[in-house]
This record gives sequence, structure tokens and C-alpha cells, in this order.
Amino acid sequence: MISLGFSLWWDVFLTFIGMSLLAIGGAITVIPDMHRHLVLQQAWMTDSQFTASIAIAQSAPGPNILVVGMMGWHIGINATQGLWQQYAWGTVGFCVAMLGVMLPSSVLTYGAARWVQKHRDTLSVISFKQGLAPIVVSSILATSWIITVAHDDWSRDWTIWLSTGLTVLLIWKTNIHILWLLGAGAVLGAVGLI
Amino acid sequence: MRAQPRSKTELFWAFTQLSLQGFGGVLPVAQRELVEKRAWFTRAEFLEEWAVAQVLPGPNIVNLSIIFGARYFGFWGGLAGLAGMLLFPMLVLIVIAMLYLQLGDRASIEGALRGMGAVAAGLIAGTSLKLATALRQHPLGPWLTYGIAVLCFVLIALLRVPLLYVLLFLGGSSILATYWVVKKSNTQRQHD
Repeated sequence: MISLGFSLWWDVFLTFIGMSLLAIGGAITVIPDMHRHLVLQQAWMTDSQFTASIAIAQSAPGPNILVVGMMGWHIGINATQGLWQQYAWGTVGFCVAMLGVMLPSSVLTYGAARWVQKHRDTLSVISFKQGLAPIVVSSILATSWIITVAHDDWSRDWTIWLSTGLTVLLIWKTNIHILWLLGAGAVLGAVGLI
Repeated sequence: MRAQPRSKTELFWAFTQLSLQGFGGVLPVAQRELVEKRAWFTRAEFLEEWAVAQVLPGPNIVNLSIIFGARYFGFWGGLAGLAGMLLFPMLVLIVIAMLYLQLGDRASIEGALRGMGAVAAGLIAGTSLKLATALRQHPLGPWLTYGIAVLCFVLIALLRVPLLYVLLFLGGSSILATYWVVKKSNTQRQHD
């Protein structure tokens, strides 16, 4: 058990503040850093809690950065005992971690947004936005590719490739509701077909 | 006439609604809701704002909501976008975390996650293919633009070059080329 106190939460807060400005391209890019710091250096949580943080956050709706909140949650529940205390301190940990990771990047984004909005008709801002457009399209596609090729055990994972491929076609060519597709994926996965 | 949000409240609930539908990534839903349903963005504008959101630190989709909110309603609009994107999903996730603490792992839950993950990857890829149609009107012309996009995919997905370098070098060159082309066509227009 880790000792619960103001200095712990201050450390947690500072840790996630530090991660905030490193996360260019989203939460995924800082996962390896977080693992090294939270699990190996500080021992604030176990390896399986770290993995569970990612899995639970992925099962829930909302931006992927919420995985950071789950890490704060696990630090909170490790710092106390008893179900209700764990609920309470887990929630505190969740909020501290989210506040830390969101604060610097949001302030910076707000400042940049105002600046870009003010100069939106200048040639440099126009070329900046339009020049990056092809990069944006590809890096989104690349994200999907990287997630999918991690499943490389063909005898087991061909169902993943098939589901992903079918989803690409359906979302690209039809207007089927996204939640239907996710629901189908969840049901097929739960009964072991994916 | 472009549609736009009428109030900070509408903005907050619009982002809440799309965030709560976003399993395994909010981008596909955001594209559906903001571009295709509400028409607050065209595809090209969505790409342009996403470019700004992406080069800044922090989660792209949250940055996008701040940028979008701030454009219409200043500071409080940015905050409404941010809160819409995070508040309710945080509550949902805390409840799920509480349930998980009591129930623990089940094989069927793991299977469901695997299935949803496969669909989520497809949603992201499909969304990028849709947005790619906006590249046809790019100032650099379709061939060069698609060429840059393909090169970028090879660098990131196949060669695993870190995004930061791709943004700096390929992105930088693409920005300079766009600057040059747009400037030339502006000067020509002034001469005509």
C-alpha cells in the first residue's frame, strides 16, 4: 500500500502535468513513458492494473485521454482499503490525474486557437492548415493500421482483420449508425467469434 | 449559409452527445455529427482545424473542441467544448471503474473489448478515407497532395517514424509548398 497524503497527490498531479505537453498526437504516444514512471519507478500500481487501466478506458465512451484518469483511479485505490474508501479515493485520483494532464495542453490550445482565429486570413495560417491536410488524413489512417497489425497471429486474428475491413467499407460507403457497428463488434466478441 | 451553434449550451450538449457515442475513439463520431449531420464544418475545414489540433500537445479531439468553442464564444465557449467532451464520459468511466473493482475480469468482457477494438480500428480508417475526398480541392493539386498522403502513411505506419519528425519535415515541406503555390496564384489574380 502506498501512503496517502497531500504530498502523494501533489506528486501525482505534477507527474501528469509533465506528461501533458509531451502528448503530441494523443494519449497513446505517452503510454510507454507512463508505464516506466508509474509502474517501474514509483510503483504506484502493478503491471496488471496498468493494463487494466487501458482496457477499461477503451471499453468506455469518450476521448482516449481518459486512460490517464483510470491510472489516477488505480493510484487512489492502492492508497486505501475498504470498498467505499476505494471508491472515494479512486475518484479523487481520477480527477487529480485528469486535471494535471488536461491543464497545460488546454491552456496552450486555447491561446493558440485565439491566435489562429485572429490571423486566419493570413497566407501563413492558410498554408499551415492546408499544407498539413494530407498529413492529417494519413496519420489518422496510420493509427488504424498500427492498431490492426498488432494482431499478427493469423490463425486467431483473421477475424479481427475481417471485422476491421468490413467496418471500413460500411463507414465509408454507407450511413449506418456507428453504435450499431460497435454493438455488433461487442456481441460477436463476447461470444468468442472475433 | 453555414450552420453554427446558437449558444454555449447547445455547444456543450452537442459535444457531450458525440463524446458519449465515441467508443475506441471519438473522431469517427465527431466527423459524422459535426460535418455530416450538423454541418458546422465542411470536410476541408474539419481537416484544417484537425491539423491545428494535432500539432498542439494534448488529445486531438479535445483540442478540436476547445478550438471550435473558442471560435464562436471565446473563453467560455472553449471551456464548454472541453467540458462537453470530458464531463459525462468521466462520470461514466468512474462508474465502470467501480463496477470493475467489484466484478473483476470475465472472459466475455475481454472478448467484447476485442470485438469493439476491431470495429473501432475500422471506424477510424473509414473516417480518414472519407476525409481524403476533401484533398481533391487542395491548392497543390490532387496528384501531389495524394502523393504526400501516401508517403506520410508509409513513413508513419510502415517505417514507424515518430509523428514529430514527420510533422516537422514532411509537414513543413508541404506547408512551404502550399504557401508558395497560394502566394503565386494570389499575385496572378492581382495582375489579371
